[in-house]
Amino acid sequence: MKPALSKKNYGPLYAGPIALWFTLFFAAPLIIIVLYSFMKKGLHGGVEWEFSLAAYEALANATFVTITIRTLVTSIIATVLTILIALPCGYFMAKSKNQTLLLLLVIIPFWTNFLIRVYAWIAILGNNGFLNDFLKATGLVKNYIQFLYNQESVILVLVYMYLPYAILPLFSTIDKFDFSLLEAARDLGATKLQSMTKVLLPNIRSGLFTAVLFTFIPIFGAYAVPLLIGGKDSYMLGNVIADQLTKTRNWPLAAAISMVITVVTTVGVFVMMALQKREARRAEEAARFGNTTTLEEINNAAEIPDSHNPAGGRP
Amino acid sequence: MSGIIAFLKPPNGNEAARHARRAYRKPFSFSQTVFIATMVFLFLPLFVLILYSFNASKGMSWTGFSLVWYEKLFFSSKDLWKAFNNSVLIALTSAFTATVIGTLGAIGVTWYEFKLKKYIQAITFLPMILPEIIIGVSLLIFFAGVGIKLGLFTIYIAHTTFNLPFVFLMVMARLDEFDHSIIEAAHDLGANERQTLLRVILPMSMPGIVSGFLTAVTLSLEDFVITFFVSGPGSTTLPLYVYSAIRFGVSPVINALSVVMILGTVVLAFSLRNFLKYIAAK
Repeated sequence: MKPALSKKNYGPLYAGPIALWFTLFFAAPLIIIVLYSFMKKGLHGGVEWEFSLAAYEALANATFVTITIRTLVTSIIATVLTILIALPCGYFMAKSKNQTLLLLLVIIPFWTNFLIRVYAWIAILGNNGFLNDFLKATGLVKNYIQFLYNQESVILVLVYMYLPYAILPLFSTIDKFDFSLLEAARDLGATKLQSMTKVLLPNIRSGLFTAVLFTFIPIFGAYAVPLLIGGKDSYMLGNVIADQLTKTRNWPLAAAISMVITVVTTVGVFVMMALQKREARRAEEAARFGNTTTLEEINNAAEIPDSHNPAGGRP
Repeated sequence: MSGIIAFLKPPNGNEAARHARRAYRKPFSFSQTVFIATMVFLFLPLFVLILYSFNASKGMSWTGFSLVWYEKLFFSSKDLWKAFNNSVLIALTSAFTATVIGTLGAIGVTWYEFKLKKYIQAITFLPMILPEIIIGVSLLIFFAGVGIKLGLFTIYIAHTTFNLPFVFLMVMARLDEFDHSIIEAAHDLGANERQTLLRVILPMSMPGIVSGFLTAVTLSLEDFVITFFVSGPGSTTLPLYVYSAIRFGVSPVINALSVVMILGTVVLAFSLRNFLKYIAAK
């Protein structure tokens, strides 16, 4: 146990400022959002202090349902693509001898300011952009192709933005993985694919959960990317909130949509945490009943007959 | 974001041991192919930015080498530099506040048992999970409700709020590695609370505090979404400036700015990394 710093309990004194700050500037604003979502909208922004479910009724409106579904579908597609790219990358990095260098390579592009990276994609995909210029120069295209302002370009840029959020946790879990287990699986007759899906994947589940969470949540609340890369038909919930706040000035509705995002995010986090807990419990139980056998245990078992050798260990 | 944090974390020494375990690998496996393709994907936008910052014409067709956009960036972009100053001011002040409050909080939560502890642990976790837009919107509505005028001050509050959890967690991580008998030794040798704090705990948790501060500075310089919601007239930060420039279309001055920023961050990050290594070694 940690020893107390002193006999007197100064804990509240040390932690007072942080508790106060978060209560005032984080908890209170969130509570206000919850309250606002149940009120009548004011004429020029703000609210009238009168209970109303109008905001939530407006959420059932076909436009919002469409945008909510679109946001969900976009987030799921982008997350799945990100993970599919990040898995082999993390695997390769974990097996590499130059881990520090590869880590740097993954991280450096993300030192560049978020908006500048969005801007770079506009410069590439725009009608007068790099890609169209290139296609025109090679004579493949006469005029130009509109790459921007659609769902696909939004997904592409979202994947670009959040790729390292998936690569880094996957890398760090795969790095802890005992690769000799894969060899053992292959020796026992598993195909390469089987050894990946049945041995590697179950062993890196916690990293997978983290990667999914780190990509899905920010993408679900995306604002800047759909605003700058997408068109009107690729608007996501984040954009609707901003519009309701600044243009339409329906604050209760903006608050209600924020509630939707918050609830989806929180549910996501809880589901992931529950899965992770179950995973940990299963691993613990398996260890207790001796169900999992790591290669090290096999080796140890194989060493028993050799135990009369005082030097011990492997040959 | 997490990338920056992973990079700024004080390095640990067992990398060599891990490398020793690495087995022989076939050339050009599937994973290697994907990795190389991904690197091309990650770096392509940066190369395009760098290339076209030296383009003579405004458009994206190459018309010859020129430094005209750099000249414009440094000598006739007053608003841009004002925005830059705002960004730096907010980054330093909010990171400083977050570091002081976060470090104190981490010390309190690590060493004491008290009622608020669970609450603090839960509430510092949340801002890191919630999408940025929720924090931005809730703070905007809060400021409007309380009647605080939007401007540099509200941006400072917002940035401190999203910086705090990172500093708090990074200092806590450092305190967890602490050899706690040192505290007992300090007490046995007659140090009081204040002396133990100033002479033992703070110096020993310095790597965590410094990397927390640096993370906070980077996060603050980087933020667009939250700043967008809580900024007012005259409080443009660099990302907000870039945003309004993008809305007017592609501008090569932004390309030049990007290149300067990429260079700046690379140089800064490497010198900081060496600095952190130096602190950790001390």
